[in-house]
Amino acid sequence: MSIALYRIDDRLIHGQVVVGWGKPLNVGFIVLVDDTVRASAWEQDLYRMGVPPEIEVVFASTAEAAERLPEWERDPRVGILIAGDIDTVLALSANSHRVSRVNVGGIHHRPGRSERLRYVYLSDDEAAKLKALAAQGVEVSAQDVPTARPVPLTEFT
Amino acid sequence: MSEPLRGVIVSHAAVAQALLAAVAAITGVRDALVSVSNDGCDSGALAERLVAAIGGKPAVLFVDLPGGSCLTSSVRLARANADVAVVTGVNLAMLLDFVFHRDLAPADAARRAAEAGTKAIRTPAA
Repeated sequence: MSIALYRIDDRLIHGQVVVGWGKPLNVGFIVLVDDTVRASAWEQDLYRMGVPPEIEVVFASTAEAAERLPEWERDPRVGILIAGDIDTVLALSANSHRVSRVNVGGIHHRPGRSERLRYVYLSDDEAAKLKALAAQGVEVSAQDVPTARPVPLTEFT
Repeated sequence: MSEPLRGVIVSHAAVAQALLAAVAAITGVRDALVSVSNDGCDSGALAERLVAAIGGKPAVLFVDLPGGSCLTSSVRLARANADVAVVTGVNLAMLLDFVFHRDLAPADAARRAAEAGTKAIRTPAA
């Protein structure tokens, strides 16, 4: 198979990922790309707690992920790659043409952001970065759970 | 313990709010628990809600699932505060027990609540 879902979600691994997407996709592994979590053993334990033992969880820094992306794409199991912010996915995309679709799954409110969808808040700068990603040929849409309608980038930026 | 423990129910959507209402309806106790939802929160916003709910008091955090954003934010907070303990898999039975045993240390109250909640999970014969 390969990585079936490249997701931007500031909650990282949580119920929507493991159950909402993981069950219907029958995922065998989840890659969490986050420099902070990669450097913290106890944070990794926390994120593993929410994942059934039959699903492998891989923790990677952004640099490691850029290097290992081809390996994960060749994996016979179905995978999900999660990043907590747009910059991480931009960095991966800049290093590889393998990222063809990006799912915006959850970017929540912070000062400077405005509501675009119930679960997507973006600053103008972040919206511009998503548009730049799309301009590279990446299909960008927002969808929190598989049963929801995928919202094209043009409808929320 | 000079001050009774506070219980903070931490959940997705309105589960925490509903559990809090159920405890009040059954026991009449209305000052032991507060509810926190992760609706619309990233980890920073949820941490702020938790800090406000705890209010600087000794507390037990009752989290809905043993994984996910409610758990990660709760455990991060507990690691930084010895007066805060965490229990996962919150259910009504453990909360009913907790509101009448708030004179324990947070870690002891968390263990007791986990036992009470576990005992309530059964498969009665039909």
